[in-house]
Amino acid sequence: MTNTTEQKQGFVGGTANYLDERLGLGAVVKGFGRKIFPDHWSFMLGEVAMYSFVILVLSGTFLTFFYQPSMAEVHYDGSYAPLKGAQMSIAYASSLDISFDIRGGLIMRQVHHWAALLFVAAAGLHMLRVFFTGAFRKPRELNWVVGFLLFLMGMAAGFTGYSLPDDLLSGNGLRIIDGMIKGIPVIGPAVSSGFFGGEFPGTEVVARLYSLHIMIVPALIIVLMGVHLMMVVIHKHTHYSGPGRRDDNVVGYPLMPVYVAKAGGFFFLVFGVIAAIAATFTINPIWNYGPYDPSPVSAGTQPDWYIGWLDGALRLAPSGWDVVIAGFVIPMGVMVPLVVSLVFLALVAAYPFIENWVTKDKREHHVLDRPRNAPTRTAIGAAGVTFYGVLWAGASTDLIATNFQMSLNQVLTAMQILLILGPVIAYWVTKRACLSLQRKDREMVLHGRETGRVVRLPHGEYIEVHEPVDKYELWKLVDFKEYEPVLPRPDARGKITVGNRLRSAVSRLYFEDRIAPVSKAEYELAHADHAPAIEDKPKSKRKQKALTK
Amino acid sequence: MSELEKRYSPGLAAQTKRPIEDPGIEPHRVRMTDKSEKHARTAERQIAAMFGVSVIGAIIAIWGFFAFPIVDGDLSATRNNSLWMGLGMALSMLGIGFGAVHWAKTLMPDNEVSELRHQARSSEETRAQALEVVKLADGESGFTRRKLIRRTMYGALAFFPIPGIIIFGDLGPVVGDSLRHTMWKSGTRLAKDPTGIPIKASDVTIGSVFHVIPEGLEDLEEHKLEEKAKAAVLLVRVNPEDLNEDPAKADWSYQGIVAYSKICTHVGCPVALYEQHTHHLLCPCHQSTFDLANHCEVVFGPASRPLPQLPITVDAEGYLVAQSDFLEPVGPSFWDMRK
Ligand code: HEM
Ligand code: FES
Repeated sequence: MTNTTEQKQGFVGGTANYLDERLGLGAVVKGFGRKIFPDHWSFMLGEVAMYSFVILVLSGTFLTFFYQPSMAEVHYDGSYAPLKGAQMSIAYASSLDISFDIRGGLIMRQVHHWAALLFVAAAGLHMLRVFFTGAFRKPRELNWVVGFLLFLMGMAAGFTGYSLPDDLLSGNGLRIIDGMIKGIPVIGPAVSSGFFGGEFPGTEVVARLYSLHIMIVPALIIVLMGVHLMMVVIHKHTHYSGPGRRDDNVVGYPLMPVYVAKAGGFFFLVFGVIAAIAATFTINPIWNYGPYDPSPVSAGTQPDWYIGWLDGALRLAPSGWDVVIAGFVIPMGVMVPLVVSLVFLALVAAYPFIENWVTKDKREHHVLDRPRNAPTRTAIGAAGVTFYGVLWAGASTDLIATNFQMSLNQVLTAMQILLILGPVIAYWVTKRACLSLQRKDREMVLHGRETGRVVRLPHGEYIEVHEPVDKYELWKLVDFKEYEPVLPRPDARGKITVGNRLRSAVSRLYFEDRIAPVSKAEYELAHADHAPAIEDKPKSKRKQKALTK
Repeated sequence: MSELEKRYSPGLAAQTKRPIEDPGIEPHRVRMTDKSEKHARTAERQIAAMFGVSVIGAIIAIWGFFAFPIVDGDLSATRNNSLWMGLGMALSMLGIGFGAVHWAKTLMPDNEVSELRHQARSSEETRAQALEVVKLADGESGFTRRKLIRRTMYGALAFFPIPGIIIFGDLGPVVGDSLRHTMWKSGTRLAKDPTGIPIKASDVTIGSVFHVIPEGLEDLEEHKLEEKAKAAVLLVRVNPEDLNEDPAKADWSYQGIVAYSKICTHVGCPVALYEQHTHHLLCPCHQSTFDLANHCEVVFGPASRPLPQLPITVDAEGYLVAQSDFLEPVGPSFWDMRK
């Protein structure tokens, strides 16, 4: 039977048959082909990160064919005239050769660097999307942790790559890392010696960074990304709240053909945009910086954006505050930034577990929260973003001072104050903003949408005409989960534990100020004396049933 | 309430009844291309045109590669090469990308479909069976029963990775006191960076700044950068009256000429911006500022130690020389630096 059908199948059918008979791929296509993926622009952020990574692998592979990770010294003899004869490492010389003596080399270097910047940016925005919509809730907590590790790996990939050309800036970056490592109590100097293979800068570090950059970190990213996506498939993607979207279904387009076409096309769009930027905007012009030398200054230079917050943390560190214990020195100018950034990262990683400890909501959540409907989470997120943002801006204290003609001292003090105060203000403002948006939603549900049209009633009164909201819109406004604070409760032995007390206090912080969704009673009351806001219920309901099936 | 919600505790979630019933997915909006074959055909042609543009882009990129060979010393060729290959590739990618997305949006069905989700948790039956499997395996192996085997195995598993860590022991040498010493010795001449030409005291006018390395650094066959990373010095001459010198170190300078380590005590960047009228030295990395007139004390920024001073004098020929090495470690602080 198969033979005769095979001949009539043509190329595609023939190939499909060939593969199925050997690999049983039919079952895979049947299982996955029509899987449903919800569609929303914000779900593309993770994709952008993934595609940027693919582009990084492609362009990076090209670079490995020409780059040489050696710190042995040579005299430059390439096409870039201003550096002719200069003494430099082979790593730097080969990076210059890629830029000037290999056709397509410069464009690939630029594609690689731009893709790296985009990779981390997209991953970061994706993380914010996941955070502000509550996509990290059960059952996706573990995927949040995997994603968090991916973000760290993205930064690690970026930093190890930035250091490879061995130009003045990359060497300076390593110098800073060396200084930070040395400051770590007890193990610092030994770790630094191990990392650099002796004293800074040594002749080893570029080769070591190279194996991290092209093997270990990408391998970890690929494994983590595989796990990450596998979990997305297992959990099925979340969807935004809306009509017909529930915690027990998934609404969207089938993988084949729509999602494949859109996502596949989107890969090419991301690649195309990166190529266009790389063709027209110079990034990291290493030839301007010269080879690494520990002595020249490089004022006004900035690290790649995703390292900025750590650089800012180093700048905002308190002055002149070394602790000496029994003759041992703990340099606070290093330790404070280190500890603060590690604590910040740990809080980010742990957030899903913290929130669940408060709500104790053990249900699975597949409908995303609109950020306004989780005011405290949104406010915490805003505070975190502000904290990160101030640290990031802190990396430019000198530029801010020169541009705004302020003294460095003023800028720094302002930043230090802002680092503490900013998140508090952001928290408060965001929470209030969320609550008033919720209030507006309530108004809309109860009284309809304001049209801006004012009419005069026969008895002389002026009123603004309110249009009823259609039921699909209405559902989006009323369908959200709401939580209530708890009082501390005695446990089985009749004691109120500290943990219990703490949880109660945090639950009050989270849920004391809240706007309840419109209840059925309220809604019916509001609509009893108005014209009915909902049109033709029974008819469309039947239609909907057919659709959801 | 859905099945998913019923099974588990809702925790602090409040149970409010929604004012209306879930109306279900919005009805599908019919597109022009669904209604009229003419529109569908236009869309088809647009998509084909985008794929065509992609081919043109690829051809431009190929042309760019061959049209601009590398010319030694002429950067415009490199620039053109990069520009045209980049733009060509961009066009070829964007053509495919826009084509595919346009295809999906205009011609592929855009009905939203609903599919049921299943809980991550396996069914009770499956869980029971899984538990059976685990119990069976436990019984067959005696894992729980044979304590001795289990415990020694834990021990072995805890110990076996240790050699894998120890094996990295030779990543770097034992630190020793290399962090406390630099190339400077009694009598080493102060030389200009990077030429290596020694500096005469008489060459140093008031207000001038020299970037200094120890003489002989340039001739080192090995470890030149490592030595330079510790020995780099900044030499400044100020009006002796402006100098507030520690009486114990009064003879470390020479007629208002002072030499300080250039390696920032924060995390090690070169501190090399000198502001003449304030006598301040500024580190470009995190803006630590040191007051040169006042033993290079930190006046601003995250550094917390003064820059170490190099004691200098002049030799018989009038050249500036070091009296000795630095008397304390230069550069970033580390925990046992005072020991
Ligand atoms: C570094 C590279 C990363 C890549 C390549 C990546 C990729 C993806 C992709 C393609 C998806 C599905 C589409 C989407 O929702 O955007 C996804 C979903 C998800 N990601 Fe990531 N991600 C990365 C980092 C992160 C980070 C930093 C986090 C959080 C800390 C995170 C948490 C999640 C979660 C919880 C989901 C499920 C979202 C849902 O179903 O709504 N990811 N990721
Ligand atoms: S290295 Fe000089 S201030 Fe940080």
